[in-house]
Amino acid sequence: MKLSNKTKVLEQGEMTFAERIYLPAIIGGMGTTLKHFFSKKVTIRYPEEKRYLGPVFRGEHILKRDEKGAERCTACGLCAVACPAEAISMVADERKKGEEHLYREEKYASVYEVNMLRCIFCGLCEEACPKQAIYLQHDKMVPVFDDRSQVIYGKDKLVEKMDNRYLREGWK
Amino acid sequence: MEITSTLFTAKAIYVGVIFAVTLGIATYSTYFERVVAAFMQDRVGPDRAGPFGILQPLADAVKMFMKEDFIPSQSSKWLFIAGPCLSMLTALLTSAVIPFGDTLDLGNGLMLDLQGIDVNIGILWVFGIVSLGVYGVLIGGWASNNKFALIGAIRAASQNISYELAMGLSIIAILMLSGSLSTKNIVEVQQGGHWNILYQPLGFVIFIVCAFAECNRTPFDLPECETELIGGYHTEYSSMKLGFYLFSEYINMFISGAVMATLYFGGYDYPGFTFMLEKFGNNVAVLLGVGALILKAIFFIFIFMWVRWTIPRFRYDQLMGLGWTGLIPLAMFNVVLTGAVMLFTVNEGGSNWITVAGSWAGVALMLVVTAFYSQLQYKKKKLATA
Repeated sequence: MKLSNKTKVLEQGEMTFAERIYLPAIIGGMGTTLKHFFSKKVTIRYPEEKRYLGPVFRGEHILKRDEKGAERCTACGLCAVACPAEAISMVADERKKGEEHLYREEKYASVYEVNMLRCIFCGLCEEACPKQAIYLQHDKMVPVFDDRSQVIYGKDKLVEKMDNRYLREGWK
Repeated sequence: MEITSTLFTAKAIYVGVIFAVTLGIATYSTYFERVVAAFMQDRVGPDRAGPFGILQPLADAVKMFMKEDFIPSQSSKWLFIAGPCLSMLTALLTSAVIPFGDTLDLGNGLMLDLQGIDVNIGILWVFGIVSLGVYGVLIGGWASNNKFALIGAIRAASQNISYELAMGLSIIAILMLSGSLSTKNIVEVQQGGHWNILYQPLGFVIFIVCAFAECNRTPFDLPECETELIGGYHTEYSSMKLGFYLFSEYINMFISGAVMATLYFGGYDYPGFTFMLEKFGNNVAVLLGVGALILKAIFFIFIFMWVRWTIPRFRYDQLMGLGWTGLIPLAMFNVVLTGAVMLFTVNEGGSNWITVAGSWAGVALMLVVTAFYSQLQYKKKKLATA
């Protein structure tokens, strides 16, 4: 049964003389390859050259600070609950007097760990966070590790550095 | 006595240099093969080992040597080892008769011929050794005790025999022109721009097609076609034995490039030879000629690669059909045409451009007549079916 009018009956007749001596077709093909020989290469030499992965790429985690440099995280644990891979764990602590410039809320995470072997980079922690504290950076991948001790990221690696703040496209 | 020993030393050095150059070019052919393939597919190819990846052949060699040297238990062991050795040996033997340059003046009246041995049957030597080359493949494939390897070996044997005929016939036309079997004489006849390609366009096409077949290169790489025969004759080979097989293929490419340059492109002749001779003396001009020959050979290696990454391989019956019903009759026609042109121009005192015009006109006439004839057949068939 004919499903569409696009079908085309192929009729392979006998080859013409030019086709039978092969050479014209071969030379034509060689012209094509020579054109590609001099054309621009599509290869991206990966470790040296990196392609922009887009504004929604989910890479390495970061714990944001606010404008004054205080940590936003209040250790509510919603990210750990939301995490389908159970990669996040934390220990909450109470802010002492005089630490207002370090922590924005009265409760903060004294320990905050992400297990990078467990993390599936789904971004649910980012969605769950009520304080806009945790983000998956769009421009930075988790580096390769060669030992299991390097896998669990503590606050030393996660908290945003003030001299190298993370900005996503569309933020001020 | 003194002179003999100096000449002997010089010759030994020359042989060593040619050996090193052949191996070096073959080594880097493996790298350039990959680069050319990559470029034609819009990629960049190997670029990790050293700047631009130029240390890649070294890395490949290390890999080859480090791999397990496996010999199948049911194979016939000595023949299994002899196969790749024979391939390598025959690949290297051919360069002995190729004149890489004219005579070099070493002072004290010493003249060094830049040719391994100037035997007066030079081109027959090339053919003999090339015919022996198939034994390496045949023995290796048979000794493997593997069906695929055996089929590959059989294919290689029948293919080489079929295409050697056409190759030999295309050479006969060259012999008629130069009147000698010596490669040196053939080159000397072509000096000063009288390259044989001008007189032998058809012969050259036949020769290059046969050279592709003899080197087992695409589109004639049926002995080792992966899709049908796993690896063909070298299915069971590993480590440096496999390396020898692959390497001998690249040496063969270089040698057949050099042979084609010798037979059809004037050997070590290059435009401006007399100018260089007057300006810088004999030795500089001669050494430039060596460079010219090697450049020509490398250009042919590029053509080999270019074709390999352009067209797919033939089906086996197409291969045989092309060899026996296509190339051999063409080569015979080429012999007749060459003879006819020589006969007609013998009274003209061998005037050059008449010979050239005659050769090309003959080929054109042949093409037109064949096209016309096939058109007639085509119409007749159409009428019969209609």
